[in-house]
Amino acid sequence: MNAPAKLTIKDFETDQEVRWCPGCGDYAILKAVQKLMPELDVPKENFVFISGIGCSSRFPYYMETFGFHTIHGRAPAIASGVKLANPELDVWVITGDGDGLSIGGNHMMHVLRRNVDLQILLFNNEIYGLTKGQYSPTSKVGTRSPSTPDGSVDLPLSPCQFALGSGARFVARSIDTEMKHLTEMLTRAHDHRGASFVEIYQNCPVYNDGVFEAVKNKKNAPETRLVLEHGNPMRFGQNNDKGLMLDPRTLKLSVVTLGEDGVEEEDLLVHDETNKVIAQMLADLRGPDFPTPFGVLYNAPAPAYVADVYEQRIAVREKKGRADLNALLRSGQTWTVE
Amino acid sequence: MSVVEEISQDSNARTVESVVVRFAGDSGDGMQLTGTNFTEATAIYGNDLATFPDFPAEIRAPAGATFGVSAFQIYFGSEDVTTAGDDVDVLVAMNPAALITNLKDLVEGGLVIVDADAFTDKNMARAGYEKNPLEDGSLDRYRVLSIEITKRVLEAVKPYDLTHKFAVRCKNMWTLGLVMWLFERSRDAAIAGLESKFANRPEIRDANIAALNAGHAYGETTELPTGVQVYSVPRAEVPPGLYRNTTGTEALAFGLIAGSQLASVPLAFASYPITPASSLLHSLASHKEFDVMTFQAEDEIAAACAAIGASFAGALGVTSSSGPGIALKGEAIALAAATELPLVIVNTQRGGPSTGLPTKTEQSDLNQALFGRHADTSLPVIASCTSADCFDVAIEAVRIATKYRVPVMLLSDGYMANASEPWHVPDMGDYEPFPVAYETQPDGFSPANRDPETLARVWAKPGTPGLEHRIGGIEKSYETGDISYEPENHQKMTDVRKAKVDGIARDIPEQTVAMGDSSGKLAVVGWGSTFGAIHQAVKRCRREGMDVSHIHIRHLWPLPPNLASLLSGYDAVLVPEMNTGQLVKVLRAEFLIDAKPLNKVSGQPFKIREIVDAIKASLES
Repeated sequence: MNAPAKLTIKDFETDQEVRWCPGCGDYAILKAVQKLMPELDVPKENFVFISGIGCSSRFPYYMETFGFHTIHGRAPAIASGVKLANPELDVWVITGDGDGLSIGGNHMMHVLRRNVDLQILLFNNEIYGLTKGQYSPTSKVGTRSPSTPDGSVDLPLSPCQFALGSGARFVARSIDTEMKHLTEMLTRAHDHRGASFVEIYQNCPVYNDGVFEAVKNKKNAPETRLVLEHGNPMRFGQNNDKGLMLDPRTLKLSVVTLGEDGVEEEDLLVHDETNKVIAQMLADLRGPDFPTPFGVLYNAPAPAYVADVYEQRIAVREKKGRADLNALLRSGQTWTVE
Repeated sequence: MSVVEEISQDSNARTVESVVVRFAGDSGDGMQLTGTNFTEATAIYGNDLATFPDFPAEIRAPAGATFGVSAFQIYFGSEDVTTAGDDVDVLVAMNPAALITNLKDLVEGGLVIVDADAFTDKNMARAGYEKNPLEDGSLDRYRVLSIEITKRVLEAVKPYDLTHKFAVRCKNMWTLGLVMWLFERSRDAAIAGLESKFANRPEIRDANIAALNAGHAYGETTELPTGVQVYSVPRAEVPPGLYRNTTGTEALAFGLIAGSQLASVPLAFASYPITPASSLLHSLASHKEFDVMTFQAEDEIAAACAAIGASFAGALGVTSSSGPGIALKGEAIALAAATELPLVIVNTQRGGPSTGLPTKTEQSDLNQALFGRHADTSLPVIASCTSADCFDVAIEAVRIATKYRVPVMLLSDGYMANASEPWHVPDMGDYEPFPVAYETQPDGFSPANRDPETLARVWAKPGTPGLEHRIGGIEKSYETGDISYEPENHQKMTDVRKAKVDGIARDIPEQTVAMGDSSGKLAVVGWGSTFGAIHQAVKRCRREGMDVSHIHIRHLWPLPPNLASLLSGYDAVLVPEMNTGQLVKVLRAEFLIDAKPLNKVSGQPFKIREIVDAIKASLES
């Protein structure tokens, strides 16, 4: 067989008219994913994109791969079935904050706990888009929406905290418009064997425009983003002179400035992707007092569910020998009527 | 015919045509195990039989409580046996609660065996007895065999040095030994069973075997009260061949494996625990040597969705539950219908609504199966009628699902799932394979392509080069499979989904008459596990010369095409159901006939007598 010609982004674009609103962050994510596909060492026919319901969940229609636009919140369960039936497939779950953390929260929890080998991209825009703008489980307190005209009063959850709490072994965060960083996170997620959870800050220009402006704005970014790199001290700031320090007595993080009060780089917390305690602290950080962390918060691979299921099956087959239904039906207590 | 109306008597044993025995005790007394052992011995002896395990929802209710009574009934005889029997001839009651809750079913003159040691003041008070029923004459209508069973068991197992708790637990084997003596059953299978079950606990194994033998010896050697003696139940005439006992659950598990082999498709079974359906998951999970994948999902919805995902990927997704769980799966089932993927949904029905009677039986989910989803989501529905029949019905469900790429609802129930009956073991060589055809050719491929005859949508599994495509719950263009909101297209797609399901009627067997003539005064029409009771009732009535026939419907949707003309040949149609009248409404609506209901919703199967009475009333009116 001849080596197939290298695929390009064009091979992953469908003939379907993309129907997201103009300016929607989903366009940028779609582009990043389509561009990444040819770089991954996966036969095109093995890619499968599975989504639930919501704006983000239209994603599979625009990917020239196998795709399944399912029902609200259930993509992780359907994807688990796909992977169980054929572990060779490269399965991606596309979901949103409502789909993945509200109606589908239970499935999200269990797919992460089981560590099913999937890439889960959660587009977080802190709002319900397709149902026209109601607040979501990630909306900040006080979000005014058609269902909360006087502002929401319930506390939001942090998707990365949820993922870590559910036992996820790979948790990362990126931004829709940061093509380079997003691509890096998607690549890392793909490399990780097991459930990989990537929260993507995604702007909804119609119902929640600018909700991430503080971190998305390039001008503010150095002050508001903490870009994580494994093994490096946590530094940020316009002059790269700020950092995070951990008080070992209170186990609290604080923002410090290098050179002030005798603080040196050695005093800063060093990012360790395999340290869950650090990951959990980072997942909770937010402005205005802290920068928002981006990058791989946690990466500590563990056995993946489907692989283990198949291994167990092989072991059973070795022990029991060839499967013979006629013999099984005749096993146990039988008797013959003459 | 029962033990009190024996047909002959020789010097040693009375010969009777059939007997109903019920073992009843605390849920921790091991009555289900006792019943199962007795069933095995009876099957090996050569009687036809049917069983009815009836246990409480509580796993270990407080000892002596009436709501904790667990019972196992077996009906066995020399003629074809299709129900667990109406009235009990021999009642084994391990404590006062078991006696008070079961005595009403014992025939007058029937034999009751009790453990006298269990009739303590405390137990009697807990059961609601003010006076000791063994002494106050209230059992005078029956023959009572009151034995200090606990005391005798403790003596029999003394050499094995068990703790009191474990020693007392051997009570059920002692009782089993006595009942085996009563009906001349062999203890060999039970002993073999104990040897394998307690292979690693020799002292428990030996104690149980000693108790079993001691119970048997008690019958042989003790002078029993007048009228208590060995009964002989002649062997039944059944077709020659190899037999085993099976519960509906076992047969269903085997049938799903068989179906997947005949279809040449891997089986992906996803389920969430619920009584009485969980045992199907257990059964399949222990057969990984076959091309079977089992998945205990986080909830009912995930189970249905994982099965659908597996079907999308080219396996046959099967999900299983009972009524309330099926309700949760409804949205996902409609997704399978909309995306035209194969799926088998097994509903082991139980008493409802809501949590209802989890361990009791009912057939009240027919409406849910036929109509219980949003929008126009018609799907094929088939039902098994006996434990053994679950095997063939499972194969049929797999055949329809894979050939037509539709979700198929298979209705079983708690009675069939748990009851065991002898099964003429099938030979897989006798079954015609129905291999699935996955699409592999990119030329001319569209996810909207259909088989012109079956209208089944093409099955193109991920991993097949050149067949990349998208499916989903949004309405699709009939021509291209792309999203379409066009009014005419939705009409067309709705029509084609309906035509596909309706067309299955051409591919199912013609409706036959299970017993009787194909026209006449009265047809008794049933479905599901009422088969046995209707069968016996019609047989009895026909023996008495009544013009009545039995029609049993397996394919509940689409209905067999000749059913309308068949039913029109009878003056009257009677539909017994363990619900408030669900099939009867379908028959009335579909065929405009004046079918009459006979309903029972008590969590218990129909008694033969109840149907006989209804037949008589119908013929007299």
